[in-house]
Amino acid sequence: MEQILANGLYLGAQYALIALGLTLIFALMNVLNFAHGQMYVLGGFVTYTIYAQLGLPFVVGLAASAITLAVVGALIEKYLFRPVIRRSSREESTMLLAAGIAFFLDAVILLVFGEKQRGVPKIVNGVLNWDFRLIMPYDRILIGALAILSIVAFILFMQYSRTGRAMRALAQDRVAAQLQGVDVDRYSMIGFALGAMLAGLVGGLLVTITGINLGMGGPTSIKAFMMVMIGGAGVISGAIAGGFILGMLESIGLSVLSQYGDITYLAIFASLMIFLAIRPQGLMGKPWG
Amino acid sequence: MTRNQILGLAVFLLVILVAVPLFIQVTGRWDFYYTLTSVALLSIASAGVWLTFYIGRINIGQGAYALAGGYFSAILITKLGISFWLTLPLAGLFTAAVSVVIGLPILRLRGVYFAMVTLVLTEVARLTALALPVTNGAKGITSIPLPSGIASFSNPKLGFYYVAAILMVIVFAAMYRLVNSRVGHLCRSLQQNEELASSIGVNITYLRVIAYSISSFLGGIAGAMFVAISQSIYPSSFQVADSVNFMLNCFLGGLGYVFGPMLGTLVLYFGWDLLFQTGKFQMLIYSSLLILLMLVLPNGLLSIRMPSAKGGRK
Repeated sequence: MEQILANGLYLGAQYALIALGLTLIFALMNVLNFAHGQMYVLGGFVTYTIYAQLGLPFVVGLAASAITLAVVGALIEKYLFRPVIRRSSREESTMLLAAGIAFFLDAVILLVFGEKQRGVPKIVNGVLNWDFRLIMPYDRILIGALAILSIVAFILFMQYSRTGRAMRALAQDRVAAQLQGVDVDRYSMIGFALGAMLAGLVGGLLVTITGINLGMGGPTSIKAFMMVMIGGAGVISGAIAGGFILGMLESIGLSVLSQYGDITYLAIFASLMIFLAIRPQGLMGKPWG
Repeated sequence: MTRNQILGLAVFLLVILVAVPLFIQVTGRWDFYYTLTSVALLSIASAGVWLTFYIGRINIGQGAYALAGGYFSAILITKLGISFWLTLPLAGLFTAAVSVVIGLPILRLRGVYFAMVTLVLTEVARLTALALPVTNGAKGITSIPLPSGIASFSNPKLGFYYVAAILMVIVFAAMYRLVNSRVGHLCRSLQQNEELASSIGVNITYLRVIAYSISSFLGGIAGAMFVAISQSIYPSSFQVADSVNFMLNCFLGGLGYVFGPMLGTLVLYFGWDLLFQTGKFQMLIYSSLLILLMLVLPNGLLSIRMPSAKGGRK
């Protein structure tokens, strides 16, 4: 039981970070970022290149992932999303753009990094063994702790910094924020960069545990969508809740339902649909947000 | 119908039923039949997605219904020995019935919520196909016999092409009729403002489910046809990427135009095929073009013809 909870917590922290980025982008720009999973994969490959291939410290790789993705995110917002949002007559058009970007990133990753599964050497060795009730490798604990640390840092940033406040104002009411003198374009760009950065950060963190390969992008996006739906789209606390809930469900499901075959995700999907039928806006979302 | 419309339809029929086969006969590019058949079937499924767009919902779940229709038809043919021609409408009705059950709760969702749920639905369909015993898991159902009429054609590809093309014409004619009917106008009112529509007496729940089940019907028959052509079906036959592509077809053609999905499918599918020679850069060029197209024409291909706000904004 302890084992299941610890696994769930560890998974949940990673998931929450991914969902945070997605929900931030959605709250600020009303864009469903299909390319989120691909950004995650890109972050993983950057860390892999720096840490495993160039032999630099892991922290450098992590920072490089975050910075690369932030730059990529900012460029995507400025040169792709902004003009399309301005000119299209339906806001759903951004979904086509996002899907196009997802394909594009997939293609770039394939050309630059190849299609092989890549892993990196362990960052710390050893396993925590508590009486055989809880077995957890130290690197997982470290990565989980780093993820939780990032979440806390992100919340503090959104809560207390000037930039964070501006972005929250934008998410609440775009026009009102603009009237108060918030530079909408600038903060949309920062928000998108921040969201992409979080995806890259998780990629860099998780490459040490699960490795990384090209095919992980799509499923990651779907999981992120699910978490956002559980918690409510565009709500930061909801994304964190959604991430931890999905992490727990997955962990419990894998240990309880394993005797019936690989139906964990089927069960999660089915219960999600029932949940959404009862509460369409998710746990903490605004109705029809 | 006006004279121009009849003329346009006649020319279109002439092109797809006479000119295209002649062209292929002359050039000897028999592989085009398969490409064009796929385009016709994919555009049928995309037409369904388009209809859900028409009531103001973003549908990324058509892959689920195509998969369900395909499996339904395949199981009826292999287990019960029913003729394919009977299973084709049955598969459509089956998926329509399923979509009513699923649609009743999820159609209450809007915007990105609906989009995300339908995306998840595609994944659910794949996992269900893997888990159920009757679908034979990951091995899928293979060596399904060819439909009776098709086998008598000297070249089954030609037979499938005719069937798919005629099916496409019927579907789009029906869609055109539907959109320009009373129900179509009511659907447009849903797209603009559901509360307002409801307040003046439109039964929005009923209308939404009807539109969604028609959409799924089209997905089901397209899936069943595909299975008949490939003579096999696997859980991965229709997956998330396909669902996203159906949606892209609609976007690309333009959401304001009934024939948008047809054009979008043709351009996307042929574009992808033509880029095959570029080898490993295929995906890169394709996605770059997609992004570029979006930057230049955010409202779809058909919006070039009608730049005025009159026809384009809906």
